[in-house]
Amino acid sequence: MNLWLIPLLPMAGAVVNGLLGRRFSKNVVTAIGLAFPGAAMLWAWKVALQFASLPATAIPHVENHGAWLRAGDFAANYGLYLDQLSLLMALIVTGVGFLIHVYSVGYMAHEGGYYRFFSYMNLFMFFMLTLVLANNYLLMFVGWEGVGLASYLLIGFFFLRDSAAAAGKKAFIVNRIGDFGFLIALFLLIKNFGTLDFAAVFEKASALPQEATTGLLTIIGLLLLVGACGKSAQLPLYVWLPDAMEGPTPVSALIHAATMVTAGVYMIARSHAIFDRAPIALTVVAIIGCATALYAATIGTVQHDIKRVLAYSTISQLGYMVLACGVAAYSAGMFHLMTHAFFKALLFLAAGSVIHALGGEQDMRKMGGLRQHIPGTFWTMTVATFAIAGIFPLSGFFSKDEILYRSWASPFGSWGFWAVGVFSAFLTAFYMFRLWFLTFFGEFRGEPAVHHEPERAGQEHHAQSHRIHESPRVMLIPLVILAVLSFAGGWIGWPQALGGSHHFEHFLAPVFEEHVTSHEVPAALPAESHAPSEIALTLAATGAALLGIALGWLLYYKRRDLPAKLRERFQGAYTTLENKYYVDEIYAWLFVKPIVEGSRNILWRVVDAGAIDGTINETAEAARDVSNVVRRMQSGNIRSYAGWVALGGAAVVAYMVWLGVR
Amino acid sequence: MVPLFYYLVLSAILFGCGIAGFLMKRNIITIFMCIELMLNGVNLAFVAFAAHWQQLSGQVFVFFVMVVAAAEAAVGLAIIISVFRTRETLNVDRVNLLKL
Repeated sequence: MNLWLIPLLPMAGAVVNGLLGRRFSKNVVTAIGLAFPGAAMLWAWKVALQFASLPATAIPHVENHGAWLRAGDFAANYGLYLDQLSLLMALIVTGVGFLIHVYSVGYMAHEGGYYRFFSYMNLFMFFMLTLVLANNYLLMFVGWEGVGLASYLLIGFFFLRDSAAAAGKKAFIVNRIGDFGFLIALFLLIKNFGTLDFAAVFEKASALPQEATTGLLTIIGLLLLVGACGKSAQLPLYVWLPDAMEGPTPVSALIHAATMVTAGVYMIARSHAIFDRAPIALTVVAIIGCATALYAATIGTVQHDIKRVLAYSTISQLGYMVLACGVAAYSAGMFHLMTHAFFKALLFLAAGSVIHALGGEQDMRKMGGLRQHIPGTFWTMTVATFAIAGIFPLSGFFSKDEILYRSWASPFGSWGFWAVGVFSAFLTAFYMFRLWFLTFFGEFRGEPAVHHEPERAGQEHHAQSHRIHESPRVMLIPLVILAVLSFAGGWIGWPQALGGSHHFEHFLAPVFEEHVTSHEVPAALPAESHAPSEIALTLAATGAALLGIALGWLLYYKRRDLPAKLRERFQGAYTTLENKYYVDEIYAWLFVKPIVEGSRNILWRVVDAGAIDGTINETAEAARDVSNVVRRMQSGNIRSYAGWVALGGAAVVAYMVWLGVR
Repeated sequence: MVPLFYYLVLSAILFGCGIAGFLMKRNIITIFMCIELMLNGVNLAFVAFAAHWQQLSGQVFVFFVMVVAAAEAAVGLAIIISVFRTRETLNVDRVNLLKL
């Protein structure tokens, strides 16, 4: 099926634009930057059509392109692996990725480094597709690191701004911590299984019994979780994602919402054969996901920057996906991954459109009443907002409902996960509608001055509120397509409880079931019957969402004076939330400061300046002192040289005479 | 027959004169001639020993020394001429540009 074309096409685009883009005209850069990811998307669809006609025995379809490295018994190949899971990911990445590329044409039109942007974006697509299509953990790790690199480059895209450069570094360094865990997990796999090939690892892992206590698989699972926490911005390694909003908005949409940050979820789902046999690791995964979902949602309720609200929302939604993986409901997690990719990409792009319309303003306190000015953005964003809040029948409803149901009903679930999840869903609805009302309703609160965008002639003298302009069509069309997907994308997972057939779960079932059934779940775990019926849970979750919407409506539309009063009433809690629980400060005090101070005072002043430089300086000084004495021989007087020669000759003669005498 | 000892004494005297002139003279041509003098002192010792021990190797060595001396004279005189052209002096004490 020539799978290799899917990642390599964007790579070609990245190389062409990266090397030659400076000389190309803008239109050529655009054409190249769109054509290659577009071709990759078409090829992915072609592969999908071929995949549909494959017999079940031919799945997973593996394509091997020769050996990569060989060390003793260990070998890794350039191999690509296509099953339902990687096909789904490839389609999401190429599809959403291509739409965001199209959007970027409009959004980045006035920015410098246009070719650089498209080169990086295509590079990201290459690494992301490598990540999802790899057939062994090592190649996956290449993609894993590569998307980190692309993320770093794109967060720091406006590298002249200090905060952007710092945010890029922060993302890179925090991800290093996660990658460290991932790497150790890979080493353990090599040591114990002798291979990193997916099929071989899963086969060997499946042969092991389920671990009642901590064992090898539990440790590997927990280390993989550390990697996932870094990449998917889970507690406690989420801190880089909000700062990553320094990047251009299409980057936030593509990398920090729709695709890259879901790599951790994909990785856990892919490694389910390991997690299925390590209940303790699974429980930790679920707890982390659950805690992250709640934690980030609470912060999201008080942020003022429109992109930061969405960033915390992303962290929270990723928490849901991880929670789903943690209760072994992998297909529910992947389902939410897909719908989230649609509606969160749409939210970011729409937010970008709002920012674009206001000429760079991101503070929601300076927005408001934009509904008439930018109707296209308003309506698409409305779809996304209802979708993420989980309102029937939009896509978010189905996926979130699925996760919440599983978090209780699954053998690994509990009512605690469900309760936290529902409360987070309530918060999600609240902060999203807060954003929605603040941005699009009420009076415009911006200052009537600042505006950098070049405008049509004759409008310059108007205030900002009159200069607000709808985004160009090249930005609106991706919004509309994503809005349709956000609306209807969930219908392929219509649950049986609501009279559907849940195609999505059946589609992914072969990936996740083959390993589960080979060993029975221990009887000690609660059976599914303990949970209330799916309908009841669905109603409860929808009720929570509606409550959140109602609260958002009350506080930010009906009674605009209430938030200020509440803020005064709960000053302490509000400040804590506004400062994100002071986690950045705590990390700075706990990790950054000791390292910086230790480096400065010990490593620099003592070890480097004292020991290393000192040794070299002392050596040099000693050589100079000796030379100072010896150089007196080099008087420059030829006859004195001759004298030295004669003296030397005499010394040699004397020595030989002495030898002869002896 | 003249005893070996006489030859060696004459050789040593020649060599000593060469060293003394080499160390004391300032004119570079003179120094050069003193080097020739030392070489010839050594040559004399070589042939004296060759005759004394009835071995040809000493005489062969003298030829080598002569060849080297001829080459040295050619190169050395060339250097002296070029030094004179640039410095306009033959006094070695004033050829000290590389001095610290």
